[in-house]
Amino acid sequence: MIGVFHPGTSIVHRAPALVKLGLLAAFVTVVALVGSLAWLAAASVLVLLLFVLARVPARLAVRQVVPILWVLAFAVPVQVVFGGWEAAAIMAVRLLIAVALAALYTLTTPVSATLDGMQALLRPFGRWVDADRVGLALALTIRCVPLLADLVREVMEARRARGAEGSLLALAVPVIVRALRTAEHLGEALTARGFDD
Amino acid sequence: MSEIVFEGVSHDFGAERVVDDVSLVLTERRVGIVGANGSGKSTLARMINGLVSPTGGRVLVDGLDVSRRAREVRRRVGFVFTNADNQIVMPTVREDVAFTLRRHRLEKADAAARVDAILERLGLTDLADRPAHRLSGGQKQLLALASVLVAEPEVLVADEPTTLLDARNARLIARHFEGLDQQLIVVSHQLELLESFDRVVVMEHGRVVADDVPSVALDAYRVLIA
Repeated sequence: MIGVFHPGTSIVHRAPALVKLGLLAAFVTVVALVGSLAWLAAASVLVLLLFVLARVPARLAVRQVVPILWVLAFAVPVQVVFGGWEAAAIMAVRLLIAVALAALYTLTTPVSATLDGMQALLRPFGRWVDADRVGLALALTIRCVPLLADLVREVMEARRARGAEGSLLALAVPVIVRALRTAEHLGEALTARGFDD
Repeated sequence: MSEIVFEGVSHDFGAERVVDDVSLVLTERRVGIVGANGSGKSTLARMINGLVSPTGGRVLVDGLDVSRRAREVRRRVGFVFTNADNQIVMPTVREDVAFTLRRHRLEKADAAARVDAILERLGLTDLADRPAHRLSGGQKQLLALASVLVAEPEVLVADEPTTLLDARNARLIARHFEGLDQQLIVVSHQLELLESFDRVVVMEHGRVVADDVPSVALDAYRVLIA
């Protein structure tokens, strides 16, 4: 969700966010329950077809899935040892399908559409849950990931420049202080934009 | 133009008095506020939007007491911060600009039209679907400006909007400021930005020490910091 949205006009792009989220949940649940490699292979082909239908460039699609390969590089050998090669293959394919589908959702759905969907979903429960507030919290959570990543990178650079690479204190203290300050500034900016209740 | 009134305004930060008995009436189209670090200029600017409440006196925008009717005042007064990164909430440029309008309860088509218009006006149309956090410093500040202007405020307050920018981007922001219809209150250290303004207020130790046309007030400030 951190800015990986790939604009387009395909049917996958145009489908309502809530429908996509529902289908994503259903598909991942089914995949988690299916224990046959043949059926999982068929599901993989279906996922590939969805990517083609959404006209997502192959390189962009692969980039979303690559991080899970690192996890699999450790998890698969362990699974082979304890559960055999078939169990390892099923686990790997399930994970790849789930990650690929989640990536397809983020590539074809702007965050604002997800927020609108969440707010629409929560509106009937308005007596108990403030839908706008939940939407705002979700948006801020998403926003804080690159913000904190930048902050940590800057502090690590400063730590290296001072020759204190190994010091956890030289990383933790400035990161915490700056994170709190950033949160304060972000709150102030939200207030200035009218989100003050 | 709106009328911004400071009536004997003070603000204490702990034991320190950062704004000390300031009385001003701002009705000019473009007003600059200058002063050294810690002179109280940013606190004064924040009071116009209700981000900081005076501990003494009161601030009025078109007769509305900012401390009592902050929400109404904020619909009239937009605020641009020094660090645009702190102002960006949504992942893409278009979404961040549209985010401001969420509280305005506009029809989707009307909101989209307003977003498109402001993106075009500030030259951000080509960047509309780009990740906001990957923009350059100048582009981020333009986005911050767009996110405020889309709400069509009557007054725009900017707190050192060009401090973190290089000379070219600072000039770009200054050019956009020149073209604004809104009443503009700008806090800045960059004196050339304020030279074409209608009025400049000079702050020192929380007090107004000069208040005049730029040619006079900026000279007074240069003497002060010499």
